[in-house]
Formats: sequence, structure tokens, C-alpha cells
Amino acid sequence: MSAKVSRRDLLIKSGKFILLTSAAAAAWDYVLEGRAEASPNYDVTQHWWAMIIDPEKCIGCGNCVRACEAENDVPSGFFRTWVERYHVEDADMEHPQVDSPNGGHDGFPEKYKDGGKTFFIPKLCNHCADSPCVQVCPVGATFVTPDGVVLVDQKYCLGCRYCIQACPYGCRFLNPKTNTADKCTLCYHRITKGLTTACAEACPTQARVLADLKNPKDPIHEFLRTHSVQVLKPQMATHAKVFYKNLDGSVR
Amino acid sequence: MKDFLRNAEHLIRVVVLLAVGLIAFLVIRRAVIPAEFGKYGHFRPAAMDDVRAKPVKFAGHDACESCHSDEADMKNKGPHAHVNCEACHGPLAKHADDPSALVPQLPDTAVLCARCHEANQAKPKSFPQVATANHSNGMPCNTCHKPHDPRIGG
Repeated sequence: MSAKVSRRDLLIKSGKFILLTSAAAAAWDYVLEGRAEASPNYDVTQHWWAMIIDPEKCIGCGNCVRACEAENDVPSGFFRTWVERYHVEDADMEHPQVDSPNGGHDGFPEKYKDGGKTFFIPKLCNHCADSPCVQVCPVGATFVTPDGVVLVDQKYCLGCRYCIQACPYGCRFLNPKTNTADKCTLCYHRITKGLTTACAEACPTQARVLADLKNPKDPIHEFLRTHSVQVLKPQMATHAKVFYKNLDGSVR
Repeated sequence: MKDFLRNAEHLIRVVVLLAVGLIAFLVIRRAVIPAEFGKYGHFRPAAMDDVRAKPVKFAGHDACESCHSDEADMKNKGPHAHVNCEACHGPLAKHADDPSALVPQLPDTAVLCARCHEANQAKPKSFPQVATANHSNGMPCNTCHKPHDPRIGG
């Protein structure tokens, strides 16, 4: 042992070693979590997403259904959002006739010519804050994000279909390609980048508007103060966050 | 003491087996469950990033208007002001990323306009509607109505 390591060399070398390994460890944490795509400026704690639907503006064109299909690769015959046509005869609110040919994807051919009241109701996942679908999932594959969106973890979902039965609004389906539960994500990949949802972007009459309840500047606050709004099936106590303006009492 | 050890051998075996089982359980649990599981609730936080990794197909009207301000200006002064570009032109994020990668096709007005404006009893009464079959004698809509500002003489 002729070569003697000086104290100075030892300190520099060990310092470099510690620095490099800690940097590598930190980078590896991100690799493990698969965070490459995450937008760094988005803070999940600063948002609480909701949607406003104005049925009086819906013209049943099906643009939202087609946009959702294109944006989210929804298999044909399944719907993350769809439009229903209600026909209520005078003074028989208990028995509305409801149809939704191909989810409203191709529009609505004229069907009712005589009396009664006819209107369109767009539907999608209500992104309930207290959702039955989340409560029944046995593996934690469906959950409410801290910003109020109900999502499905495609890697954890077993395809047991409990959530599909639990949803009071019929918003879920089993994706035949992945064999996992599938549903509206409120375009989570878009809203976290500052864009609106595909359905709201494509709606020609602004019958659907994305809203952020935690943003004090969002017009939803003014809207909720000055309009009569309703959620679907309030008796289910799901704390749904899709608000319908002047909703007709016959809508289920 | 020797007698006790000999007699207790079956008990020790069980305890060792249980301990080995417990250690195996803890090791497997640690390996299988992500460290962040439970950070926000009973789910895997990285699943949010999985959903966010999906590519965007609709660029959004702000992206369109940053280049096509002339068309946007024309549209925004007419009755189609609140209709976003991709409501008619379809999803064009690829075009917004690289204009030469995807050149948008001009929509066929005979199909496009009727999607919204074909008369239907269920549509709101205030929404402009026509029975296309007896409105234009088969002429395409854009003979008279320019889609960006459909008012005649507008």
C-alpha cells in the first residue's frame, strides 16, 4: 500500500458519491411513479370540479357524444356521456317516455308530433363527492381525486362490475377491450392542463359548462346564486356535482 | 429443561412457521403495494397520472384562434360566436401541434348544418330550426349562408 489517500481527496470523493446517489434516488422515485406526463403546475388541492348543464339550451345534436367518443376512444355502443329525450304528456309527469337512440350519437329523428312537452337531457358521470361506486370497489380501483373527479385505476380494476351496479345514474360500463370498468373522467387529462372537457368544447349552444368550485373567480358561484339548480336523484345523497338548471320534475 | 424443549418442539415449529409466514407477508406486501398508496385515500395516486397521460384530441378554441384570428373574428361577430371551432371542424389537436401533419377537411354543410338546425319538436323553441327537405330545394346551405357568419347579408 504505497498510494496514500489524502484526507482532502477522501472528503471530495465521498461528497461526490453522496450527491450523485441521492440525485439518482430522487430521479428514480419519479421513474417508479410514472410521472413523466404530469403537468408540474397543476395543484390537485386547488380545484373542485363540477359541471353545469342547461337543458333549455340542449338541441340534441349529439356533438358531445361524438366528441367524447373521439377524445376518449369510447368503444361504439358504449357511452361516457349520452343525451336522453324526454316526452311528458300533460299532467302525467310520473310516466315520461324516454328514448336515446344510440345515446344521441347520431341525433334524434323526429318522433313526437302532437302535444305534451319534449326536451333533451344530457347525462354523464355526476362526479359525486360521496359516491356509491367508490364505496363498493373491493380493491380501491375507483376513487374520488382530491380535486373531486371520480376515476378508475385501469391497472387495479378487476372487472368485478360492482361499481356498475352501484351507480344510481347508470354512468358506468365494462369496457369490452380492457375488461375494466370505464366511465367519464371529466376529461381529467384536459382539465388538468387548463382545457375544458371535450363535450363542453364541442357543445354548440354551451348547454354544458365545466366549473371549478374552488376557484373564486369561476362564474359558477354567480350562476348558483342566481339560478334554480337541481342534481339528479338528490334523495340518494351522493353529493352529485353535475348541476342542472331548471330541471323538469319528470327527469330521473 | 431438556424435556421441556423436546416436548415443546411442535409448538416452536408452529411459532417459527407463523413468523416465517408473517415476514413473507410483510415482504410481499411491501413489494406489491406502492409506497404512496393511501396518500389521498384508498387508492393509488399514480392512477391519476395514468389518466392524465392520455393525449388530447381537441386542441381547444384558444389554440385555433391564435393562428386563425381572421376566421375567429368573423365568427365571433355573428350568431355562431359561442360555437367553438372544433364543434364543426372536429378534433384537430394534431393540426394544432403541426399544421402540416393533419390538414383539416372542409365539412359538408348539407350534413353539418342539419345536425343542429333540422327542425325537431324537442328542440328549444328559441333555437333557429328549418325542415331542410323543403327549405333550400336541395341547394347546399352555404350557397346562401356562410357558416362562420350565417346571417344573409351579414
